[in-house]
Amino acid sequence: MSDFMQQALDSAAASSPPWLQDWQRAGRQRWNASPLPGRKTEHWKYSSLQSLQQSFARAEPGDVELAAAGIDLPDFDGPRLVFINGYYSPLQSACELPEGVSIVRFADADEEQSRRIRAHLGLATGRDEPLFTALNDAALAEGVFLEFAPGARLSQPVHVVWVSANQAQAFSINQRLLVLCGESSSASVIEHFAGGIGGQRSFTNGVTELLLQAGATLCHYRLQLEQEAALHIGRVQARLATNATLNSFHLALGSELKRVDLVVDFCGEGGHCEVNGVYLPRGREHIDYHTCIEHRVPNCTSSETFRGIVGDDATAVFNGRIHIHRDAQKTRAELNNRNLLTSTRAEVNTKPELEIYADDVQCAHGATVAQLDEQALHYLRSRGVSRTEGEVMLSFGFINEVIESVRSAALRDYLQPMLASRFARDPALVGQAS
Amino acid sequence: MLKIENLHAGVDGTDILKGLNLEVKSGEVHAIMGPNGSGKSTLGHVLAGRPGYNVTAGSATLLGQNLLEMETENRARLGLFLAFQYPVEIPGVSNMEFLKAAVDAQREHRGEPPIDAVTFMKKARETCKIVDLDPAFLKRGVNEGFSGGEKKRNELMQMILLEPRLAILDETDSGLDIDALQVVARGVNAMRSENRAFVMVTHYQRLLDYIEPDHVHVLADGRIVRSGDKSLALELEARGYAWLEEEVA
Ligand SMILES: Nc1ncnc2c1ncn2[C@@H]1O[C@H](COP(=O)(O)OP(=O)(O)OP(=O)(O)O)[C@@H](O)[C@H]1O
Ligand SMILES: [Mg+2]
Repeated sequence: MSDFMQQALDSAAASSPPWLQDWQRAGRQRWNASPLPGRKTEHWKYSSLQSLQQSFARAEPGDVELAAAGIDLPDFDGPRLVFINGYYSPLQSACELPEGVSIVRFADADEEQSRRIRAHLGLATGRDEPLFTALNDAALAEGVFLEFAPGARLSQPVHVVWVSANQAQAFSINQRLLVLCGESSSASVIEHFAGGIGGQRSFTNGVTELLLQAGATLCHYRLQLEQEAALHIGRVQARLATNATLNSFHLALGSELKRVDLVVDFCGEGGHCEVNGVYLPRGREHIDYHTCIEHRVPNCTSSETFRGIVGDDATAVFNGRIHIHRDAQKTRAELNNRNLLTSTRAEVNTKPELEIYADDVQCAHGATVAQLDEQALHYLRSRGVSRTEGEVMLSFGFINEVIESVRSAALRDYLQPMLASRFARDPALVGQAS
Repeated sequence: MLKIENLHAGVDGTDILKGLNLEVKSGEVHAIMGPNGSGKSTLGHVLAGRPGYNVTAGSATLLGQNLLEMETENRARLGLFLAFQYPVEIPGVSNMEFLKAAVDAQREHRGEPPIDAVTFMKKARETCKIVDLDPAFLKRGVNEGFSGGEKKRNELMQMILLEPRLAILDETDSGLDIDALQVVARGVNAMRSENRAFVMVTHYQRLLDYIEPDHVHVLADGRIVRSGDKSLALELEARGYAWLEEEVA
């Protein structure tokens, strides 16, 4: 294994709590034993790891003014946890926790808490964990355990902010979030990645585990808003018990390399998940979403919509796998991916991957490259709106349909104007009518 | 105001309008009636510049300017408004944002700054009241999931906000209940003025009870085959179109 992470791993090992060390060692062994996936590895076919072939130092603490960096959600006064370069930033955080929520940093966990963390850590990622999750284990120092008590009903999301702030050397951040939703609890978590503007490269390897116990409902929003210099390989791994509901939302602005794997595991009957996502690479950026819905048990439903706009020389990958196991009768699964290419050099590789072993199931899927609707454009123009402005409106509308699925009003009110203004100033996001 | 001479137009090489003549003067209200498929909507689309429609001969001017050579948006900025028979649904674009963009485009054309959001919001809500549409419709996608009648009210709302010089209403009365019909009539009547003209495409004399036209035309097979005053509408209501076609043939 190439040792571009060596320095960061040594330093993480030195600073981590003792109860995590065997965990780290196991991760490191696995990481050292396996080669980096290359283009011949099926699931890395379209995403080159070339940009990782350099040495990454461990991140140093940094400082960022949230409001100035556009990270603040307007009119939001819920709990907020801020990490800068992986380090907890108490001054920027607002930890007035409503009843039924507890948040513990791994580094601060007492004996009881560390036992609880160890009992749940890795449950969602499973035994046969992917390479970058092993790397994450190996570097695990600054993880967060977020727990919603059984029956807790939260009106506000918990806002978890991960910022990469520029530093003198290329640096890496291994960040881990473990969310446990107790029985019949109902909560929302916004994971908000930001920063990465200019300067040295950063490499974030972020793993999020979502454990939903029976009847729990979780809205999980993962915003990959870091830009340009921020490489990111991320994984969201969800495990749903009986009658649990997951609403999973993803948004990615591009950088040189962004790869997110989402796995939803139905482990109890009556589960439901809705997955919505938007990706907007431009320039020479690359965004890759791999999603996998594991229907292991009967009577679960999943519905997934991803839309992307790919401009300039950018590339996007969407691989949506639906795996319906032999026992998963009465499964209903839908998957839809639509893409708008705004330049002739832009590229998207989209592939629905269905593996169905049960016979009594309903499964619908579609993946297309779309164009703006000429009749819709004409309608706008017939009201005096210029062609250019009409195309901006329709391009934004194309992804706004997905943004509208965001249930948190605070988040919607943050995302819509932020994205609309991007569309207004960046022609790479604007398509043309057929 | 509007002058159409010997207009020939069609889609994909098939002729739909076959030498149509029509003159509408400022302050007038014209009604166009005629059998299904005779070319009434085509006339509206050709005037608005819908893609796919080709003009093969003739001319059309609005306020002295050659409509047929202008971009669609410039026709609108000049003062043309077409209320679509089948308004287009645009999910993802909020109605409010759309209406404001339309109003701002016209203001920009007149050299005025964009209307501020609060003032516009107020104006839009007032207009909702006039057309009897819940303000919640402002937040929805443009026409998205609107019922037939709601779409027509939304067209009317746009007309009121945009204050066109010439409004063509293509079956804005179709599919409306009797109350909604009166809403349309009130909207149009309130806007009638010396500086504005209306062309109403309709199948029903009923609308003309509420909006009294100065002229009524019959469009058949791509031409105006008969023009008269409002009594022509009554005659059509009583006798249908069969007699006309015989007469024309
Ligand atoms: N885009 C098109 N492609 C093919 N044919 C068209 C198109 N638009 C109109 N036509 C044809 O042109 C003819 C006139 O259509 P138009 O919609 O103008 O009729 P209309 O008078 O408005 O009818 P109605 O009263 O039913 O609304 C019809 O035969 C129609 O099928
Ligand atoms: Mg028609």
